[in-house]
Order: sequence, then structure tokens, then C-alpha cells
Amino acid sequence: MSERTTQPPETEAEDTEDGTEPTPTTVSSGATSVVRALENTGIEVMFGVQGGAIMPVYDALWDSNISHIMMAHEQGAAHAADAYNVVSGEPGVCLATSGPGATNLVTGIADANMDSDAVVALTGQVPQSMVGSDAFQETDTTGITAPITKNNYFASDADTAGDTVGEAVALAGSGRPGPTLVDLPKDVTGAETDREPGMAQTPEAYTPQNEADPASVEEAAHTIQSADKPLLLFGGGIVKANAAETAREFATSYGIPVVTTMPGIGTMPEDHDLCLSWAGMHGTGYANMAISHADLLIGVGTRFDDRLTGGIETFAPEAEVIHIDIDPAEINKNIHADYPLIGDAGRVLEQLDGSMTTAPDADEWREQCLTWQEEYPMDYAAPEDEPLKPQFVVEALDEATSDGAIVTSGVGQHQMWASQYWTFREPRKWVSSHGLGTMGYGLPAAIGAKMAADDGEEVVCIDGDGSFLMTVQELSVAVREDLDITVAILNNEYIGMVRQWQDAFFEGRHMAAGYSWIPEFDKLAEAFGARGWRVDDYDEVADAVEEALAYDGPSVVDFHIDPAENVYPMVPSGGANDKFALSEDQL
Amino acid sequence: MSSGLDGPEPEDRPAPEGRRNSQGIRIDPEVEAEPEARRAVLSALVKHEPGVLANISGLFRRRQFNIESLTVGPTTDPDRARMTLEIEEPEPGIEQAKKQLQKLVPVVAVTELEPTAIQRELALIKVDGSKPDQVGAVAEMYEGKTVDVSQESVTVEITGSEQKIDAAIETFGRFGIHEIVRTGTAALERGTRKTT
Repeated sequence: MSERTTQPPETEAEDTEDGTEPTPTTVSSGATSVVRALENTGIEVMFGVQGGAIMPVYDALWDSNISHIMMAHEQGAAHAADAYNVVSGEPGVCLATSGPGATNLVTGIADANMDSDAVVALTGQVPQSMVGSDAFQETDTTGITAPITKNNYFASDADTAGDTVGEAVALAGSGRPGPTLVDLPKDVTGAETDREPGMAQTPEAYTPQNEADPASVEEAAHTIQSADKPLLLFGGGIVKANAAETAREFATSYGIPVVTTMPGIGTMPEDHDLCLSWAGMHGTGYANMAISHADLLIGVGTRFDDRLTGGIETFAPEAEVIHIDIDPAEINKNIHADYPLIGDAGRVLEQLDGSMTTAPDADEWREQCLTWQEEYPMDYAAPEDEPLKPQFVVEALDEATSDGAIVTSGVGQHQMWASQYWTFREPRKWVSSHGLGTMGYGLPAAIGAKMAADDGEEVVCIDGDGSFLMTVQELSVAVREDLDITVAILNNEYIGMVRQWQDAFFEGRHMAAGYSWIPEFDKLAEAFGARGWRVDDYDEVADAVEEALAYDGPSVVDFHIDPAENVYPMVPSGGANDKFALSEDQL
Repeated sequence: MSSGLDGPEPEDRPAPEGRRNSQGIRIDPEVEAEPEARRAVLSALVKHEPGVLANISGLFRRRQFNIESLTVGPTTDPDRARMTLEIEEPEPGIEQAKKQLQKLVPVVAVTELEPTAIQRELALIKVDGSKPDQVGAVAEMYEGKTVDVSQESVTVEITGSEQKIDAAIETFGRFGIHEIVRTGTAALERGTRKTT
């Protein structure tokens, strides 16, 4: 069992730009205690929107070294904090007022919860004397967010408000990460106190298991060694555990082919010989064939989501399952684990490695996986008499950017094309909304990602027209903060995935899927103060991409793509992985 | 110019053998038995703070665990409360319920009680008042007592296992029952065995 996680204060180690140490906030109130607690945990940036009940906390930020990005909408603040966490590995913090401020965060918190992202939400609340009276901008924030947070808190005492915030930060990032929320009534943040918060600590009873039971590890190792068709399934848990190196070493040491989940993209370089890319509904044919025919599936940091498994009855039907996860509740939740190994992904893989004496004899199986790669190549047709294909745009962007570029996306067809046709080689480069499937995630995520990115690391948001319209107001933030991000809209003037499903399953009745009119996004970008381009043809793609990437500030390229293009392969909802359709007539 | 996605069609691909059941357990297709639900009594020691009860009942609702009863009360530690939950689920569901409960930060410990654990429920049964003597006699038979008598009704208090109370209610039915209230099961392990 692990010790309680304590976050060391990092303020002393940090220097401001002029070389002097930043001065920690002096605690004189609940609000300053909250800010001091955040400083103690090393939080450097927050994303938020002002408002009545949170004003004391904002006021306390006036003298703090924590920088604050003023977002256009609270949903954007939550997504930006989420992406900040995905890219940096550090908790992302968002801030909102009571009532509508808090409820606007809900989508972003739910998104973080589904993807196990460490997001800390701080919300203002009406004074305690008014709680329960239906006061102006009052809402039951802890009640509303209980099902979508790892834990939430109602801070009722100025003396302990800072410690509560510290605990929320520590908890969000420990064990299986997830969002936490602290509701801060205005009388608490406004009350006087000089009690300084202590070091941030996880709750007393919170003791996630880091190491798996050694006897179970032995058994699992033995099973791997004797498998004929072993397959590793790398999930987002490997990213959270910073275990991509360990996972790669394990795969290559024992010659075991790898498929990833969507959140696990980048844990194994997608151009590696052993990597079959990602599996699931729109995953590669070869990844899905491998899952269906493996005799041993080693799931690492994955929750066997339905978009991965398709129908449970037909998922990996020939495979024994080794399931490595830090959350015991994931074991046997969707897929029965023959060998449950509870613990940190990296640590358990090290344990397994320690117990392995030989590699499995899997030459034939590796050969088979290569054959499937040749048999079902990821490819698209681009006839000259048809409009621009979105896959071409994704490849052009990948080509024009450096290796470590970060890609964010909204949700829908464009998200699938981005993840299919971009070649990811490192973790924390693919930033998307997986579990919740939140349209509009991409642009605010690009802002959060840019704040977390190293100098010179490119950030590209591949968006859809529908997704872009859901959070377009955040473009004002990118302009104000002078963020060098590139938004590529794959514009088919449709909620494209819905249109694709209507064609396949609703007799082509395009109810509420098409836009009869849509703004000119290049001009809209200019109106926001960003740069805009419009592209309709293949021969314009390279120049526009080059100019947009070269522009030092937010840029938007509106790619008008073939509105008829669909995402394939596709495992129909509830279907068998190996029965993926290559075109609509195979559904 | 490439031709797009290619490869054998779904029906031309080698099909894997075997199946899983709806619980994700690999099964012999010949058997294909679904697990049966059973009753389990869980005891959870929780932090005594606002919102815990709502949080736990919300968890059971949103994950569709079938909850039969839930009782909550203080313990010898003022910072801890004890909840007793009766659930009816197939085996993987019971395991999931325990783990999901344990995952809630304000939940300190969760155990499933042995079937031999002491399990008690209290019921107040208000029956028609026309035959008070007979009602009293039945109450005595169930080791209960009459706690209120009026012109119209007699109210009886019965304590015991769920089955005993079910039986008592059925017996009192002959007099005509006006109202009943039941507490749900509270349970503790026997002897030196600790509950949580």
C-alpha cells in the first residue's frame, strides 16, 4: 500500500523571470488561504471566469504569482484545465462562480471524470447563511457534481479552506486521477484567518494500491510465457502513470504485439513494428482482428469501454485476460479478468518483467498480425473529381508539423480522421474527449494544451464545423493571450457522424444534421482578431497549412471537405471487433 | 491514387471461436448460463458528514444496483456512521457494488456480512382496532408488543429478521392493516468477528 501522497511545496524552487523568488501569498482570509494552498502545490496557471460569489478568491489572486487565463465561458475553463493536465501531467485548475458558473463547468468536469483527468474545480457559493434559500445564483453545486467527481468538498470554515483545497489537488492527481471540486461560500472566503494551510495531503483513508500481489504476478507471467497469441492492450492509464517507456520495453523485450485504446494513443509509437495502432469502433482493421483472435489479452490501464469492446459477448472471445489497473472497481466491471493485477501500470509491468524468464513463442502470431496489416491497410481514395478529402488534410498537417506536435480535437468524424491518419509517437500529444464525447472540446483544449506545452511545441486543433461552433468564443481568449495555435476545421457543413449514422441506420433521413447555412470561419477568425484561411482544393492545402503554422498567433483554416466522406473501418455498435465494415454496404 | 480501404469482407474473415456472457465471462456456448441474483448484506463505515447518504444512494441509483434497504445511524465514534445495505444482484454485481462503495472517499470500510450475522429489522404495524385482544395475542406470538391503542386501531412493534416480519405482517393481515413502516435491516457480525 502506498503512503499518503504529500505534495511538496514547490514555491521555493521556483524563480520568477527576474530571478527573484516569488513571494507566497500572505494568509489573511479564507480566500488568501485558498490561493496559498494552490501555491503550495505548485499550481502555476488557472483557467476561469469571474463572478459574484468567487470574487474574494479572484481578489486574492491579484497579489499571487499564479497566472490566470480569463476564459470566455466556464465550460472552456474546465476543458482548458483538462487539456493542461493531459499535456503536462500536472493538475489543471479551473475557477467559476456559483450558480451558472458552476453549472457551466459541469460538462467539463464530467468529461474529466470519464477520462480520469486530474482537474480541480473551485466554485464560489452564496454565503452559508443563504444556502438553501434559493438565493441569487445559488445552486447545489456539490449535489450536482457528486456523481461526476472523484470527491467534492463544501468548505465551511475559513481556517481549513486552504487545507481542503490542498487535499482536492492532491486527491485529483493520485491513484486513478479524476476531477475534484471545492465549493467556497463567500462568507468563508471573505472571513479573516491567519491560519496557513499545511502541505497538501490526500485523505486519510485514501490508499491506492501500487503493487500487485506477487503470487498473482507470477501466475500472470507464467501465462504470458506460454501464450501462443499474446496481445498487449495499452490504455490511457499508461499515460497517467507516466509508464509509456516501461510499457514499450515490456512489449519489445518479449516481442508482444500492441494495440492501444484511443486515450492510449502514443504510448507505443504508431510506426513501430509491434504497434497495430488503436482498436475499437473506428480503429484499424488489424488491431480489431488481433483482439478477436488473441489467446491472451493483457489490458494495461484500460476500462474496456464499449467503444473498444463492441459487443461484450464477442470481445476477445478466445482470450484469457490479464487486467492491470490501479482501480479495483475496473476489474470484472465490463470484462472478466482471469488474472487481475491491481496497481500502478508502470510498477506492475516492472513486477511482471521481473517474473518473466522467457519470451512467449509468438513468431507465427507476429507474422499473422503483419499479414493483417497488409490485408487491411488504412487508406482512403481521393479521386480528382471528388471534393477535398479530410484524411489528406490530416496527413498534410502531420507532415508539416514537427514530431512532437500536440493535437487536440472535438468529437465526431474529424476526431476519428485525426486519430486514424496522424501518426503519434509519444504520449500526451493526443488530447481529445474520449469517454464523454464532448463536441466543442478541441478549441479550449488547445488553449490549455498551449499553456502546458514547452516553448516551441506546436499545438494544432483539428476540429469539425459543428464542434467549432460549440465553443468558438474561446478564440477570443487565444487572441487575447496571443497563443500560437492552429485550428484546422474539417468543414463538411454537417454534424458529420450523425449524418453518417443517418445514412447507415436511418434511411438517409438527415434530420437536424446538416447546416443550411454556416458562417465563413476564415472571416469569423479575422473578426475575432485571429488569422483565417479558406481552402477548397488539394492544391491550396500545402500553402495554407504552411502559412497558418508560420503565423505567430491563433490561426484558423477552414477546409471545405467532401460532405459525403465517411469514417471507416467501423465496428457497428454492439458488434464483433473482427466484423468491422470497410464501407457502408458491409454494415 | 490509392483505392481506399481494402481487404476481405466481414463474412470472408476467419471467425474466432468462443463467447462471453453478458458479465464478460468467457463461457462454453453449450452452457451459456447467466448468473443468478442473490441477496447480500453490506456494512459500510462512513465519515459522519453531510452528503454521504445522498452520495451512496446516488451511486446505487446511477449504477443500477438493486437496493432492497438502507439504514444509517451513528457509531461509538462521533466521526463515523454505519450503513447497512441489503442488495440483490448476481455475483459480479455484488463485487462491483462493494468496490464502487469502497471507492467513495467518505467511505472508510466496506464488508459483506456472513449469512450468520445478526440481522434485525423493526416494523410498526397499525391494524384495525376492533379485536385488540386477538391482535395482542398475535403480537406476543411474534415477541412483539402493543405500543398504541385507539378506538380505531392498535399499533404493534415487531423486531426480528426480515422473514419474521414478513410472516408477522401476513398474519396481521387478517385484522386489516391500516399502515406499516419498516426500518430495513441493521446487522452486526456475531461474537468477536468485526463487522467492518
